[in-house]
Amino acid sequence: MSARVEGYGRLIDRSKRVSFSFNGKRLRGYAGDTLASALLGAGQVMLGRSFKYHRPRGLVASGAEEPNALVGLGEGGRFEPDQRATTTELFDGLAAISQNHWPSLAFDVGEVNNYLARFLPAGFYYKTFMAPRGAWAKIFEPFVRQSAGLGRVPMEPDADAYEYLYAHYDVVVVGGGVAGLQAARAAAATGVSVLVMEDAAHWGGRAPVDGGEIDGMAPGDWVKAALDALEAADNVTLRLRMQGTGVYDHGYHLGYERVADHSPGDGRPRHRLWRIRAGRIVTATGALERPLAFSGNDVPGVMLASAMRDYLVNWGVAAGRRIVVVTNNDDAYRTALAMKAAGRVVAAVLDAREVVTSPLAQAARDAGIAVMEGRAIAEVRGRARVKSVLVTTQAGAGKAGEEIRCDAVAMSGGWSPVVHLWSHCGGKLTWDEAAAMFRPDPDRAPTGADGAPFVLTAGAASGALALDACLADAHAAGKAAGKGAGGKASRKAGPKAVCEAEAPIAPVWIMPEGAGPEKRMKMWLDFQNDVKVSDVQLAAREGYESVEHTKRYTTLGMATDQGKLSNINGLAVLSQALQQEIPATGTTTFRPPYTPISMGAIAGEARGELFQPLRRTPLHDWHDAHGADWEPVGHWRRPYTYLRAGESREQAVQREVVNTRENVGMLDASTLGKIVVKGPDAGRFLDMMYTNMMSTLPVGKCRYGLMCSENGFLIDDGVVARLDDDTWLCHTTTGGADRIHAHMEEWLQTEWWDWKVYTANLTEQYAQIGVVGPKARQVLEALGGMDVSKEALPFMHWAEGELGGLPVRVFRISFSGELSYEIAVPASRGQALWDALMEAGKPHGVMPYGTEALHVLRAEKGFIMIGDETDGTVIPQDLGLTWAISKKKDDYIGKRAQARPHMADPERWKLVGLETTDGSVIPDGAYIVAEGVNANGQRNMQGRVTSSYHSPTLKRGIAMGLVLHGPDRMGEEVTIPRIDGSEIKARIVETCFYDKEGAKQDV
Amino acid sequence: MSEAVSALGGATFEGYCILRDAGPTGMVTIRGDLGAAAFGKAVKKATGCALPKQREIVTNGGRRLAWMSPDELLLICDQGEAPGMAAALAETLKGQHALALDVSDARALFRLEGAGCREVIAKLSPANLAPGAFGPGEMRRTRLAQVAGAFHMPDESSVEIVVFRSVARYAFDLIANAARPGSEVGLFAPAP
Repeated sequence: MSARVEGYGRLIDRSKRVSFSFNGKRLRGYAGDTLASALLGAGQVMLGRSFKYHRPRGLVASGAEEPNALVGLGEGGRFEPDQRATTTELFDGLAAISQNHWPSLAFDVGEVNNYLARFLPAGFYYKTFMAPRGAWAKIFEPFVRQSAGLGRVPMEPDADAYEYLYAHYDVVVVGGGVAGLQAARAAAATGVSVLVMEDAAHWGGRAPVDGGEIDGMAPGDWVKAALDALEAADNVTLRLRMQGTGVYDHGYHLGYERVADHSPGDGRPRHRLWRIRAGRIVTATGALERPLAFSGNDVPGVMLASAMRDYLVNWGVAAGRRIVVVTNNDDAYRTALAMKAAGRVVAAVLDAREVVTSPLAQAARDAGIAVMEGRAIAEVRGRARVKSVLVTTQAGAGKAGEEIRCDAVAMSGGWSPVVHLWSHCGGKLTWDEAAAMFRPDPDRAPTGADGAPFVLTAGAASGALALDACLADAHAAGKAAGKGAGGKASRKAGPKAVCEAEAPIAPVWIMPEGAGPEKRMKMWLDFQNDVKVSDVQLAAREGYESVEHTKRYTTLGMATDQGKLSNINGLAVLSQALQQEIPATGTTTFRPPYTPISMGAIAGEARGELFQPLRRTPLHDWHDAHGADWEPVGHWRRPYTYLRAGESREQAVQREVVNTRENVGMLDASTLGKIVVKGPDAGRFLDMMYTNMMSTLPVGKCRYGLMCSENGFLIDDGVVARLDDDTWLCHTTTGGADRIHAHMEEWLQTEWWDWKVYTANLTEQYAQIGVVGPKARQVLEALGGMDVSKEALPFMHWAEGELGGLPVRVFRISFSGELSYEIAVPASRGQALWDALMEAGKPHGVMPYGTEALHVLRAEKGFIMIGDETDGTVIPQDLGLTWAISKKKDDYIGKRAQARPHMADPERWKLVGLETTDGSVIPDGAYIVAEGVNANGQRNMQGRVTSSYHSPTLKRGIAMGLVLHGPDRMGEEVTIPRIDGSEIKARIVETCFYDKEGAKQDV
Repeated sequence: MSEAVSALGGATFEGYCILRDAGPTGMVTIRGDLGAAAFGKAVKKATGCALPKQREIVTNGGRRLAWMSPDELLLICDQGEAPGMAAALAETLKGQHALALDVSDARALFRLEGAGCREVIAKLSPANLAPGAFGPGEMRRTRLAQVAGAFHMPDESSVEIVVFRSVARYAFDLIANAARPGSEVGLFAPAP
């Protein structure tokens, strides 16, 4: 039975009781507890069920590597599944539920899988769900969905706020244990800026638990002194509850700060993602203890020796009353000694090594602990709780000997440096045979832009496990990082540390070494994903040689803990099975994040209104207040139509079209791109940009132009106005403003860098208002201020002046076929002009119209729309726009491409108008079919519809489409299938349906 | 004649810093050969401002002239002054290959005030806001979350921010959100 122990618990405050709940049961812990220590302290050993076999599981570890103790945390908008109890700080009112069981933690139907384990081996899914194909969707997937999965998905929107923070430091130290603190001190002494982050809520790491002496002080006291020194330095930033999550190229580093996980709802952001640029990154991330693979090593009560020690020293919780320690190295003796000192019974230390005479073993013997050499665990007895262990010899098949009664087992299979951050950016590892570990190889470090290593490791993360070596290594790493980041060399010596000498580790990957299949099926490697020694060996027998393949086949290391405990043991077992050395097998790839981080932290502030920038014209609020039915156009919102009470969208569009044709309509055209191009070479430049001749455009006039890409495809269109001798104003499509500006700059900066041309994107400088319809002139004249008559301002001309006292530039251009003025006014006066025009237009029946009416109006005139008639594969020649391609010019962008045989092929589909014979509207994007079927049995095609509308002017469906030999087939009837299988007949006609002579726009 | 209206009409937000829409402001974009002596002379003559060095912003009374790129400057001035300034520049730059345009209405200008102003911007911009790396006298063209933005510090406890007019609401809400009470980081030591 686990319980609190008086006199222990350096991190808890026993005067502050904290109340929390687990599966609805009220429990109490202390301030400073983790959820794990509080549960263990409350006697709760079994915390969850495993993923595949639903076996009862308890705590294995005390930190980020914990595979079992995953809980659903919080409620409602703060519920989150799969949270590790070991890294969850306890707070008043915390509510946790265990996962992966039904109906209850104690009794779980899914446990039947445990008894079927023999039939659920490695690769079970791959083998079982191969055939028949149809069975996957109907039978297998629903079954797998039902039985798979750990936590529940949150059902409510996240109640918390998250944010980013960009930070820049010369040196970033990850880890606030003694190595990290010493590395920070050494780096800070070189004068550079230093950030130190610690994942936990306290500084000092393992050293205060493990003991020894630093500069004559106990490690805990030394940590305090080191912190005082760092806090006093003005070039050091210290952050707790912040994890070094990922290392990327160019010294980019992600820090995941859990600001308010322990104080939900206090108004602070829950998580803050630090996006850091670092000159050097020092990883002082420590080492993780490895489990031992013996039969029943997953029974609740079996835990890492270091974790058992942590629970005792840090939180005053003894994991059991009577314990057995099983180990292959000296470190586990510290647990035996600590538990014994705390008044627990240490029934035995089973040491796999044949002869053990080291000081720590001797200390155990002196304390009266039975040390059994060359011994192993044959089997752990118990189901939801350890009852006893059966002892055997490590060398052998595991013939069970003595049974030792106990309620907890402390295991240690040695230590592995935490190399994740070192490896993220390509740092390589080397196998240290003597220490039985992969350690970072400083000769193959990740290198930065200067060719020098930008990640350094410090202390146990380097493989320097002993306290004296650890601090010496950290001091050197800090010094080197500071110097590498531009600091001054420092001669300051590092601290002197003293610790017990330790005897060498004996590598033990399977316990006992000759264990048979029955035992190997109960030796867990990956606790979270239920991968056992037998699974890895099966994979090897089935031909999986690559560690990466074996990982995916067996799911070893693929759980939310990403194999922190299982990777090294797994690859060692694989190596044995393949009869090769461990380095020949190698490790799987370490990828960020170190532990899973919240989706909220990744999104940062980008949610709700801030999810994406919304671009607003100066008239946006007016539209909103007048029934605008919004349509996204790029990042803009434009009114699709203005709805009146009781109107459908279609009715509103029809009304707007009719009113514009009969009276006068107003359009917010502010989103159109407006790029000024100026300079002695501007004319020459525009002749290259456009297919038309722009250099010959007289000042005061406008010309419609087409722009193509290098490959000849039509990319944009718009009206160009010549403002003065060396200045042109180019209008682009709404979506093209930024793209075309960049396109121009690209050519100017990379190809024609010696041409004297400047461009400026003035898109947002002006509100632009279209006043369109037969009564447009009367509206402008009512405002007064400038002559807008046909004589003073003819079609395709522009003029500057004043309207209603506002400074304007008026363009006589038309995208509707009607008499039309586009009026540009400084954006800050856009609303004023709009209001004045609406007022002046009242007697003439003025109405605003939206983008859909704009589309119908232009389609009636056969005007193309970039994005409808073009899709990146269409050239101007396809659209019958050869009139807009200058024959006089030597060159323009796209000219050569358009001369290629495929582009000049008469078989290319060409634009025509389509008129339905029954007056109905062709569905958008429909195809025009030809006789027969192709090799795939599909109907042959001879064209496709690019635009299709109901024309209120013609009172019928009209469309445009690209059709094979279209312009030569006027009057011919074609067939267009609908999705429901019925067909529409349409006649091929000219693209222009309305006012073919263009008389109406030129009045 | 109607008054000019800024994008957000003088909106204000009070968090751990105060954010204000600065109202209508004059801005003139200037492009030319920054290395040519004649260019500097012409700009000085029209604006009274010396040519800023790389990333610099110089002040002359109510006018500020900022370096924006190797061939681009931005003049910030009173709103009513901008059209005249653009015309004056066009005049003094006559004969040179150059461009001067009034862009006052294409932009929005915000002021962020308070001891934590560096930190608020650091939540949104990848630029280094640490004292020593950035401070008064410097203009930084960068981004604020998902939109382009430029800023400089008129003094140690305020930042002046320029964004495009169409995203003024997004940018304002974004900065206000970053400055909301409770989200203080304490990243930079307070100004000495």
